[in-house]
Amino acid sequence: MAERSFKREVEKLRLGAGEEFRGEGILAITKALLQCGVGYIGGYQGAPISHLMDVLADAKPVLDELGVHFESSASEAAAAAMLAASVHYPIRGAATWKSTVGTNVASDALANLASGGVTGGALIIIGEDYGEGSSIMQERSHAFAMKSQIWLLDPRPNLPSIVAAVENGFSLSEATNTPVMLEVRIRACHVHGRFITRDNRPPPMTVAQALEQPRRDPNRVVLPPASYVQEQEKVNQRWPAALAFIREHRLNETFDGDLNDIGIILQGGMYNGVVRALQSLDLASVFGDSRVPLHVLNVTYPLVDQDLAGFCSGKRAVLLVEEGQPDYLEQALNAILRKHGVDTEVYGKNILPKAGEYTAAALHKGVSAFIQSVQPGAAGTAQTADKRNAGVQAVQLLKDVVPQRPVGFCTGCPERPIFSALKLSQQALGEHHVACDIGCHLFSILPPFNIGATTMGYGLGPASASALNVKAGKRAISVMGDGGFWHNGLTSGIGNAVFNESDDVILIVDNYYSAATGGQDLLSSRAANAQRSTRHPIESAVRGVGVKWVRHIDHTYNVGKMRDTLSEALTTRASGPKVIIASSECMLNRQRREKPLMRQAIDQGRRTVRQKFGVDEDVCTGDHACIRLSGCPSLTVKHLNDPLRDDPVAHVDQSCVACGNCGEVAEAAVLCPSFYRADVVHNPGRWESAVARWRARLISALQRRRAQRWLHIEPGLEAGG
Amino acid sequence: MAEAVVKPLTIAVLAVGGQGGGVLSNWLVTLAEANGWRAQNTSVPGVAQRTGATVYYIEMLPETEREPVLALMPAPGEVDVCVAAELMEAGRAIQRGLVSPDRTLLIASSHRAYSLSEKAAPGDGRADAGAVLAAGESAAQRFVHADMAAIAETTGSVISAALFGAIAGAGALPFPRAAFEATIERGGVGVAPSLAAFAAGFDAVTGRPEAAKPPESPPRRLQGGSEEERRRYAAACERLRSRFPAPAHAMLQAGLDAVVDFQDAAYGDEYLDRVGTLAAADPGTNDCELTTTAAKYVSRAMAYDDVIRVAELKTRGTRSARVREDVGAAVNQPLRVTEFMHPRLEEMCATLPARLGQAIEGSQWLARPLRRVIDRGRRVRTDSLSGFVLMNALAGLRRWRRGSLRHRRELQRMESWLDLVIARAEHDREAAVEILKCQRLIKGYSGTHTRGTGKYAKVLSALSRLDGRADTAVLIRELREAALRDEAGDALDAVLATLDRAPPPDGSATGLGLGVESIGPRRRVSNMRGPYTT
Repeated sequence: MAERSFKREVEKLRLGAGEEFRGEGILAITKALLQCGVGYIGGYQGAPISHLMDVLADAKPVLDELGVHFESSASEAAAAAMLAASVHYPIRGAATWKSTVGTNVASDALANLASGGVTGGALIIIGEDYGEGSSIMQERSHAFAMKSQIWLLDPRPNLPSIVAAVENGFSLSEATNTPVMLEVRIRACHVHGRFITRDNRPPPMTVAQALEQPRRDPNRVVLPPASYVQEQEKVNQRWPAALAFIREHRLNETFDGDLNDIGIILQGGMYNGVVRALQSLDLASVFGDSRVPLHVLNVTYPLVDQDLAGFCSGKRAVLLVEEGQPDYLEQALNAILRKHGVDTEVYGKNILPKAGEYTAAALHKGVSAFIQSVQPGAAGTAQTADKRNAGVQAVQLLKDVVPQRPVGFCTGCPERPIFSALKLSQQALGEHHVACDIGCHLFSILPPFNIGATTMGYGLGPASASALNVKAGKRAISVMGDGGFWHNGLTSGIGNAVFNESDDVILIVDNYYSAATGGQDLLSSRAANAQRSTRHPIESAVRGVGVKWVRHIDHTYNVGKMRDTLSEALTTRASGPKVIIASSECMLNRQRREKPLMRQAIDQGRRTVRQKFGVDEDVCTGDHACIRLSGCPSLTVKHLNDPLRDDPVAHVDQSCVACGNCGEVAEAAVLCPSFYRADVVHNPGRWESAVARWRARLISALQRRRAQRWLHIEPGLEAGG
Repeated sequence: MAEAVVKPLTIAVLAVGGQGGGVLSNWLVTLAEANGWRAQNTSVPGVAQRTGATVYYIEMLPETEREPVLALMPAPGEVDVCVAAELMEAGRAIQRGLVSPDRTLLIASSHRAYSLSEKAAPGDGRADAGAVLAAGESAAQRFVHADMAAIAETTGSVISAALFGAIAGAGALPFPRAAFEATIERGGVGVAPSLAAFAAGFDAVTGRPEAAKPPESPPRRLQGGSEEERRRYAAACERLRSRFPAPAHAMLQAGLDAVVDFQDAAYGDEYLDRVGTLAAADPGTNDCELTTTAAKYVSRAMAYDDVIRVAELKTRGTRSARVREDVGAAVNQPLRVTEFMHPRLEEMCATLPARLGQAIEGSQWLARPLRRVIDRGRRVRTDSLSGFVLMNALAGLRRWRRGSLRHRRELQRMESWLDLVIARAEHDREAAVEILKCQRLIKGYSGTHTRGTGKYAKVLSALSRLDGRADTAVLIRELREAALRDEAGDALDAVLATLDRAPPPDGSATGLGLGVESIGPRRRVSNMRGPYTT
């Protein structure tokens, strides 16, 4: 793994009955899985569920003791397909990924799974990456539940509720022979909380036992005529069973309040935000005692018509709090009330945002508008937050002051020189169409590189340039990471390009890990992994599917070579796809490993060379061309106390890891001679020290000689400033 | 709900990815839990961790029998303590409404981590820190700030530890100092430096604010030079004081020092001659603005950046001391210094005697093979004897600099520039000042230098079209500022285009009416489309 240990987290997985767990939501889910007697777990990493995968990867001893099988799946589709083990065998299985992107990838397997149905509980944990900080398209996972008849849980965002949802999810799945999705939003995944644990339970039947006693039931296979029967079964048997289970086990919760002619119906995940909005209107306490009755949908699909109609009857108006679009729940609620002849007025997206995250401010505004219009006078002295600062002029002036802070490559990132080189190559050969992919390398589309036109999905960079595979004066360039390559890019990108005789350029960015998701190992990772088979070179795979023109650059920081290789690929007469594999280790992971080792070596008196780049401030003229070709966080600007200077000069701060990009770029782009690299030798040998002393003495003699002839004036500020 | 209304204490932490915002919010939770409080924190890590802006949100309240319902994100107007790990993040917090005058204690690190748009501007793109400090004062109930990055550096720790100290020092939470320190100790990683940073952060917001004294600046230092050279320099200094108006003395001295350091004392005399011509045309108003501006930019023009200068700067004794300090190397510790150079034929020719240089440049026969030999990236080790001797020899060409092709070209350019200034100085002093300031456009080496000179020429060639206009000075300033906004010069071209459409001069016009702002926000670069595509 990526040189990171999750030992402390693994210990929490061992907590027994009656003990208290304290930690993150996603880790609570991991613990809950073990408490439920899960037999196998698979998944594909990505925020916000990476932590679940990382911890389980380090938890082999715990899993082995229980007889639980864990896989780092090749993709979400692979993870979803894994749940096939619960089709015939009474084994509980769980799969996890980031949604909606992962659910998109998994949907083929999910649809098959849902059609045939399951015997053992099948739970899909989806980390909903929606709203602030999200890196993906903004969509809802709800539609997947509806189209495939998978039940969707959306528990209140506190650890006891989330843990209960895992337990209820397995039971619901088994009671209805249907897979269940557990939707957890990103903040709930990362929320710190506590719950009382139970003992871990070994699965009643392990996958090993299943393997030794195989079973099959053709009625569960998706093939006519069984598939027609399965469709009928979904609506005539599994659905009613689900409604019965949800009612019997009270999975949805109703909280009474004294203002009982109005009410709020909400997704479980919205609960804390709604209560806080009511609280600031003096309509609820911090413990959730609300004057407005609340009906909390911990299950958002299927909806229980009777419960909803029952909650609404006798009420003048209800507010439905449903995050995201389209408004599936609002449509359904209106239909349900009409069918049941309940004439309660339904408020929803008419006063809440039609799209986008339901932030604290959005909920406050919407709930407040609802109360104002249906129960004016009930709310306390509601203070709208915005008004307090509105009049302050100094605050308004900030609009033109505070700069955006877009994400970018980390200090020393090996991908920066690749895009510096691509920018330089395009300066020489003209702009090209560049198709991007998912991964850290997608930051190329932002300043300072401004490279890349589209991103169509993980591993789909080359495929997304395939329409441009025609004879023309220029070639398309597509980018793909090592993560995307193994996820599906080898077939959808490389194989596709070979088969269709593409003439375009494919750039594979290989940083040894699935870096953007937290540095998980891949097939081509370089480090040995005791539990996984690594070190399968990308180049062999690429050649294996028939690519003839392959260039492998094993040190991306060589900007000149990188640029020349790109230019060669764009201009060569060779036919077929041109594949460049640019490999250097992710700097975050490398530093995590090397920094402590270097500190240790220095402390132990071993000879160690520490490097750092710098800028000669009197040589730099303050044009910042170097920054426009780099964007490195450690390459910044510095104001000089020199009255003759107008512009700040470039400056390399102490976070520099000496990757060498700035020097390489200055050299390749013929920028300026301001950059230097300093190598400090710790614990030098006696000979080395002597040579250094001797050199320094000679050099300072030469310096003294020159000083005798020329007058040097070190600027002071007594006269200036 | 008759009993007293219980409300959680709310804390928002705004940080830049990699600043340790996560560590800080975890400390706050541990601190609260260890002191009988219940705490919840959450955040949206992910891609934002990669150098973007991130918000961590914590709520806490005294332990109770019942489970509280705590919020997962800050609500505008309902934040008690707002912690910003960088100054512009404090500005962002204020903009997002997370700082309100009736309840928020704003604790900020006053240091700057410049955003890419600020750093990438060809000129000075830095945002106005004063605006954020002013907004903090009026937006917060209380605003405390100190340079936590400096504290982190001196204590060998991280910003989050210094901020944790500031939170304790500002009395933001109902826990004693010892409880904070115990939290750090419980973490068990880098305890000693963290505690030092904590203490310094604590003191920074509790101690009396130190009188804002400017940093100690070293006095001017003279080194070497023959006796005659020193005498001549002293005479120039004397001339400066006796012949030039007092308000310009400081700038003149800086300018004189720079050109003498660049070449020799005689060059200093030439400098004073040139500035003197302009000073004669200065009516002396506005603190002798014309003379002061001339003092600054004539010096910049005369001390141009050539190969000789670079070689000389890279081989100075003071330079190796500066490098040692920057990398934290002890005096006797072996230090290797590698310079990244990429000389071109152009630089070689410019350094040669003018005629020879010109001849080579003009000859296809000579230029092409020479280019193949010279034009490539070279790494020179200035700590090694051979590298040093090479660079020292280049620096020694200084004695022949006056005969070089580069010098001749620089002089020619300077003279025609100063002619333009003098021609205006009589009747439009403000325009003359603005023309002087255009020297700022010329900077960099190789391609960058060529591009800068091109923009400079474009701005100055527009002068003829401005003849007779009352707003010439304003227009030149607009052109110059546009030229500094992007690398390719798109903004400059846009302003130049409007120049042709501008109404004829009638004396009342003031500029094009499309100052800096109308071309596009100065300090913001669009996320998706920057101006640096070429």
